[in-house]
Amino acid sequence: MSVITAPARIAAATPPKRKPFRLLRHSLALTKRSLVKVVRTPEALIDVTIQPALFLIIFVYIFGGAISGSTHDYLQYVMPGVLAQTIATGAISIGVNLNTDLQKGIFDRFRSLPIPRSAPLIGAVLGDVVRYVVVTISTFAFAYLLGFRIHTDPLHAVAGCLLAVLFGLCLSWAPVFLGMIARTSGAVQGIGFLVIMPLTFASSVFVNASTLPGWMQGFVKVNPLTHLVASMRGLFLGAPVGTHVWWTLGWCAALVAVFMPLALMAYRRKV
Amino acid sequence: MTNDLMVQAEGLVKRFGATHALRGVDLVIPRGTVHGVLGPNGAGKTTAVRILSTLLKPDGGTAKIAGFDVVHDAEQVRGMIGLTGQYASVDEDLTGRQNLVLFGTLLDLGRKGARRRAEELLEWFDLSAAADRTAKTYSGGMRRRLDLAASLVGRPEVIFLDEPTTGLDPSKREDMWEVVRSLVRDGSTVLLTTQYLEEAEVLADEITVIDQGLVIAHDTPEKLKRIVGGQTLEVRPSDPAQLEKAAAILSEVSSGVAADQIRKGVLAVPVTDGDQALATTVARLHAAGIAVTELSLHLPSLDEVFFTLTGRTATSEAAA
Repeated sequence: MSVITAPARIAAATPPKRKPFRLLRHSLALTKRSLVKVVRTPEALIDVTIQPALFLIIFVYIFGGAISGSTHDYLQYVMPGVLAQTIATGAISIGVNLNTDLQKGIFDRFRSLPIPRSAPLIGAVLGDVVRYVVVTISTFAFAYLLGFRIHTDPLHAVAGCLLAVLFGLCLSWAPVFLGMIARTSGAVQGIGFLVIMPLTFASSVFVNASTLPGWMQGFVKVNPLTHLVASMRGLFLGAPVGTHVWWTLGWCAALVAVFMPLALMAYRRKV
Repeated sequence: MTNDLMVQAEGLVKRFGATHALRGVDLVIPRGTVHGVLGPNGAGKTTAVRILSTLLKPDGGTAKIAGFDVVHDAEQVRGMIGLTGQYASVDEDLTGRQNLVLFGTLLDLGRKGARRRAEELLEWFDLSAAADRTAKTYSGGMRRRLDLAASLVGRPEVIFLDEPTTGLDPSKREDMWEVVRSLVRDGSTVLLTTQYLEEAEVLADEITVIDQGLVIAHDTPEKLKRIVGGQTLEVRPSDPAQLEKAAAILSEVSSGVAADQIRKGVLAVPVTDGDQALATTVARLHAAGIAVTELSLHLPSLDEVFFTLTGRTATSEAAA
């Protein structure tokens, strides 16, 4: 059996020493790609800019009177809820986009490069942060126009916003996983909504949880959106925060711990 | 010398469910040569390229690139290959320059290095003027050039070109051929898949013909051509009434072989010395007062090659 050695020129061509932090550097390079795409196709942000405005109007002016007796009071209550809801539904689109992207040639190109396999996924998720920031700003701006006011201080408000963005970032690994295993982008969209809808409604997002039937209360109490919204209400309006922030952070960690490895595994299997 | 074999594949097998895309394919490509893989749609060409470029794992057999196993040393293999084709492409939402800089960054050329390399490639592929437009605004030919440029960012030793000219018009096709030639001059090794015998003949040092996942021929272009036969001369008289007279002339030119009417109003005969036959035919048709609207020489088509090699017409039912 002849031993085949690589010619010297080849050996020299491959970098003698790998540069450190490859995963981070390559992921960030691919994050930049996502950001450039957002700037190029701002219309992709329409859902996250128009949707919160639409939901604020629907909930405040259609249900507000019935729920709180005053549309102004209900606006204060529901604004953090609409923000959380938009972030949760907005997270679905990364799964849809990745599912479509995978069919395109660009992912084959990535796979043929000597980069960590997970870098394109991590890059895409990090790039999505910009969507959550845009949601947060547009929801805040529109709610402000309608009469929403912060009752705490800017620092607390910013903390509330950061928590919402962080939650979106962690939650998005679930749709990413879905995007890796679903056969069509339509399926990702459909299943995503089926999961997100009960999560947003069976919670304290739109109504006081104590008005919900007893059998639902158990679900509402562990629902991550209940805790996210309660944290934001505390940080924006000065309501007692309690352990809600810790619950939210715990959910963030749990979502990443479960869905990130699943998504990366499913992505590798696609190869 | 074994250590100068840049591609060595032995008995590659790949199944997709019940379909056998590859049923034991061998390929050997020495350094600095062009190897043409010829076959119809679904023959397994793309599957073979995807295995060699580490995108697919084979179900059987082994493949090495410059001595590195495509399964176990995938990372090293990825460091020395460039892939262009129907699959590996660029990001349509980025500009030509942004695409090339992105790949340069991912290949650890550094910020400056990536920019410099992008600039070089844009110039070489005549894309400088379009460098800052998004790739989706590019014409088909420009897209192909950008795809190819993207696969050359890391100065790969082995380049896979999967049907690089399918859908390109003839002049663009020749530009692409020139690029392939210059890559080889620079010492690269090229594996080229194609559906066109002409392309393989013009570029390749050796040709492997595959059909339904099996190698059915492997030879130099000259020898392969001798096996499959010479060229065909086709003539379309302007006046259909003169078909018979023209057929008689063609039959004389091809030393007695009767002319076939291959399409309505078009006659064809096999010829051995194409140039000589063309000149003679033109002169005789002219002397006989037969005007023609079409007069051409053809290499055997892929279908004819397959017919000769396998005794049946090419099929495209097998999985790609």
